[in-house]
Amino acid sequence: MLRLFTLCLAVVLTLAVPASARDKLTVYTYDSFTSDWGPGPKIKTAFEAECGCELEWVAVADAVATLNRIKLEGANSKADVLLGIDTSLTAEAAATGLFEQHNIDTVNISLPVTWADRIFVPYDFGHFAVIYDSEKIKTPPASLDALVNGDPEQKIVIQDPRTSSPGLGLLLWIKAVYGDKAPDTWSKLSKRVLTVTPGWSEAYGMFTKGEAPMVLSYTTSPAYHMVAEKTDRYRAAAFSEGHYMQIEVAGILKSSPNKPLARKFLAFMTGPGFQNHIPTNNWMWPAGKTTGTLPDAFGKLVKPEKSLLLASDEVNANRKAWIDEWLKATTR
Amino acid sequence: MTGSAIKLADLDFCYPGGEPMHFSTTFEAGSFTGLIGPSGSGKTTLINLIAGFEEPSSGSVLFDGIDATATQPADRPVTMVFQDNNLFAHLDVFTNVALGISPALDLSDDDKTSIAGALEETGLSGLEKRLPRELSGGQRQRVAIARALVRNRPVLLLDEPFAALGPALRRDMLRLVSTIHKQRGMTVILVSHDPADVKFAAGHAAFLDAGQVVANRPVDALFSASDIPGLQGYLGT
Amino acid sequence: MAGTVALSFILFIAVTPMLALVAIAPAMPELGSDYLSFVWAITRFTLLQAGLSTLLSLALAIPLARALARQAMFPGRAIILRLLALPLALPALVVVLGIVEVWGRQGWVSTLLQTTGMSEPLNIYGLPGILIAHVFFNMALAARLLVASLEQIPPENWRLAAQLSFTSGHVFRHIEWPVIRSVLPGIASLVFMLCIASFAVVLVLGGGPRATTLEVAIYQSLRFDFDPPRAVLLALLQLSLCAGLFVLGGRMAADIAVMAGVGKPARRPDQHPSRFKDITVIAAGLSFIATPMLAIALSGIAAPFAAIVSQSVFWRALGTSLLLAFTAASLSLVMAWCLLAAQRTIMRRRQPSRAAAYLVSGMQASGSLILVVPPIVIGAGWFVVLHRTGMAAALAPVIVAVVNALMSLPFVLRILSPAVVGQAQVHDRLCASLGLSGLHRWRLIDLPVLARSFALAFALAAALSIGDLGAAALFGSTDFVTLPLLLLQKMGSYRSLEAAGIAIILAGFCLALIWSAEQLKPGARMS
Repeated sequence: MLRLFTLCLAVVLTLAVPASARDKLTVYTYDSFTSDWGPGPKIKTAFEAECGCELEWVAVADAVATLNRIKLEGANSKADVLLGIDTSLTAEAAATGLFEQHNIDTVNISLPVTWADRIFVPYDFGHFAVIYDSEKIKTPPASLDALVNGDPEQKIVIQDPRTSSPGLGLLLWIKAVYGDKAPDTWSKLSKRVLTVTPGWSEAYGMFTKGEAPMVLSYTTSPAYHMVAEKTDRYRAAAFSEGHYMQIEVAGILKSSPNKPLARKFLAFMTGPGFQNHIPTNNWMWPAGKTTGTLPDAFGKLVKPEKSLLLASDEVNANRKAWIDEWLKATTR
Repeated sequence: MTGSAIKLADLDFCYPGGEPMHFSTTFEAGSFTGLIGPSGSGKTTLINLIAGFEEPSSGSVLFDGIDATATQPADRPVTMVFQDNNLFAHLDVFTNVALGISPALDLSDDDKTSIAGALEETGLSGLEKRLPRELSGGQRQRVAIARALVRNRPVLLLDEPFAALGPALRRDMLRLVSTIHKQRGMTVILVSHDPADVKFAAGHAAFLDAGQVVANRPVDALFSASDIPGLQGYLGT
Repeated sequence: MAGTVALSFILFIAVTPMLALVAIAPAMPELGSDYLSFVWAITRFTLLQAGLSTLLSLALAIPLARALARQAMFPGRAIILRLLALPLALPALVVVLGIVEVWGRQGWVSTLLQTTGMSEPLNIYGLPGILIAHVFFNMALAARLLVASLEQIPPENWRLAAQLSFTSGHVFRHIEWPVIRSVLPGIASLVFMLCIASFAVVLVLGGGPRATTLEVAIYQSLRFDFDPPRAVLLALLQLSLCAGLFVLGGRMAADIAVMAGVGKPARRPDQHPSRFKDITVIAAGLSFIATPMLAIALSGIAAPFAAIVSQSVFWRALGTSLLLAFTAASLSLVMAWCLLAAQRTIMRRRQPSRAAAYLVSGMQASGSLILVVPPIVIGAGWFVVLHRTGMAAALAPVIVAVVNALMSLPFVLRILSPAVVGQAQVHDRLCASLGLSGLHRWRLIDLPVLARSFALAFALAAALSIGDLGAAALFGSTDFVTLPLLLLQKMGSYRSLEAAGIAIILAGFCLALIWSAEQLKPGARMS
């Protein structure tokens, strides 16, 4: 038995040693970005064809978790680039001192807001929304208020604001709408919450599997079901208070030994080789230059009447206190 | 091989929470003594003290005049056969006996010959490869005696080794021990709960009561004596 | 002396991070009243779920154990008893997957209830899910321990009961209950301690902050918030909670033999009258325990194994897990042997000195130390220490292996201790008279006689280490992935088929380990 075990061990160890290769760019991101149906694999192919290098995606549960990972690893991080945090975290990320100015030409960038950040480069944007299953819910909530005060038996899956950017987005959304009343709002809403997942993929997977009739996601999510599955069963609920906006960005680590390659990647990120894959793979609005037109499905999506966005500095100053508030309100 | 004289010089011993015991007696070289006495009188304790399994709080154990009180059991001139658990259940007869010669099982040809001789002498030839569980109770104790033979120590201590055997088998075993004693001349001490065994096999008998050796005399003298306190009561005569 | 070295090592591993945590504690920034009320809420929840889990596990285990002890002769009984031993060796994460398959909103039970007209599907997230999983693990453990105790009842008692024409009620009152009552406090505190320190179950089935335990909060404070001071606060809280409970009642748990061999089943006078009732109870208990295992097996069949084995990360995770398990189990066995051999040497003396007596009780207590200082707390302490020195990445596997070894130590000791003590009673005098000691004794006597116990202890320790999520989750990184971590990632990214495949592989390793250890004949040589 012992001998067999040793043999197995030897085989496994031999197989486990990674083959070393060309110049390698390591990018930390959230896991849905790198999944088979996400933009990651296609972008990898496009960028590798252009740079003659290897692009390695390292998937960490969700966006906030990627930043935690970077903080944890500090100067020893293997990452050259962090891709996937949004504007609610950029001030905090910049304050760690682990990121470097991007120094690239941002001529391709186009957003609903003006972009002046010197460290992070945006690659897409969207609005958070509650997606519902129209076969199970006939009258979706028409406002955040209706969601909060609705039937507690109709469940929603949300994400943890400590690890996930939609989770943090909802926290800020409620803060932006309710201000000091946010804790009460959370106490009420938590009765409708089936479970709080660490990441977006897990929550969305539970929703599509039928575990809950609602999930926190994006206004753009129904486009995926219309394009890929030819169904309009899953729809976004338009909220009268407005929708919180998310701008997703990428930045270069100071500790990166491959800075020229990292800059090349960020510049590539603003062009069609990257941006063309965003709408129909990441299911967000592109923030850079694309070629070709968007699928019709994007025309049928909910258009928020009002975009909500708190300043990154304000979020950075209060995030911890607001999360504690949330922890207290949801355990009460 | 001749036996050692054993002297117990004012041995004091006490189990935690038990009555104090005090032993002072001599076993002549080459004698065969049976220890009798009521349960709890200290028979097993006495031979455990001789073998070194118990440490006296004072007094000493001498073999041929040499103090061995501080000597480890394995280094005393003693070999002991217990009532049970004399054999390692996972080792065969040959190995169990061989351990009496060398704990590392480094055996010379002479050693193998002497093992074969001891097995022959105890009537176990042909059973070398058997495991203890494949032997009868009597055969198992014969293996223990065979090991005592190859160890070839001047003192043989027997702690009721045949108590679990039937009367006829017990006589056989006592006869075997007697024969070995006559041939080799070692000092033998036999603990027994049956005075008849002692009368049958031993030349001397010692009567223990309440943690003391009350008397230690030739068998006939002891069993016919009337001056030994407690003996009549014990024998029921 | 080896025992002292082992004891010092255990104390070093467990106490160093504690000291580090305490040293860091004064530097804590203000925590905020919101956070403190969250901490208070999860402390209450931690105790609540552990208390309810213990109550439910025991309340269900007692009838099951009675039924199994009473029906001593039916075919398949031995298999059922072995099935009861499995949950202990199964990775918590795998079991959680199985429980979701059976009890989840889309699970078997919900589907069944919906077809029979109950409209609302079950909601497994939160307290109900945690309780189901804890009862799964601990009812099986408690039932097996109770059956073992009931089978120690001497057969004369049953003959007497037959003569006195006892009914099942009389039997319970006069014979069974006194036995159950004597072991119940020990089992209850063991189960309670295991539930307090439960990690993977709460992490996955808790469903967010409202059902979080201290153990999970420690992990989150390090991995979600990267906030060591908070982790320190939570770890110290968890530590004082466990230490307090251990002083109150955990000591009783130390005497429980976890893999207790089952005694001789007795023919009992109340066997026939209760047959139908007992079979119902056994069938119910069995289906509760077997369905999640079956669910894992069924969803595993459909898993895309080709896709799983084509991923290099799978092979790295497998290699890491096997290496960790091998190291942790070996270390655990060496520590256990050193402690036991030292105790044996000291106890052999008639009157051990006072200092020696303290040393022995220290060694006995150290085996249960991990119940007082949970793996996550030790891991968190080392995490904080190592991150300050920048050695976390390099030493992560070592720490995880050592923490896993300590985690298995109570179980390893409970398997080895009776065997070593029994072996010592039988052989000590003989070995002493033959001069068998040291290496010779080890090679010729101890190893062959104890081979089966060693193998079983090794297998259990390796299985516990392979399935461990707690310590590995703290130190996990792209360079350090274990199979359970990979499984958690697959579950998180909702690759449920791949997750099922990894779960099957993980469970397969654990079961194969235990199974092959049990194949060794008692007293057979290890080759």
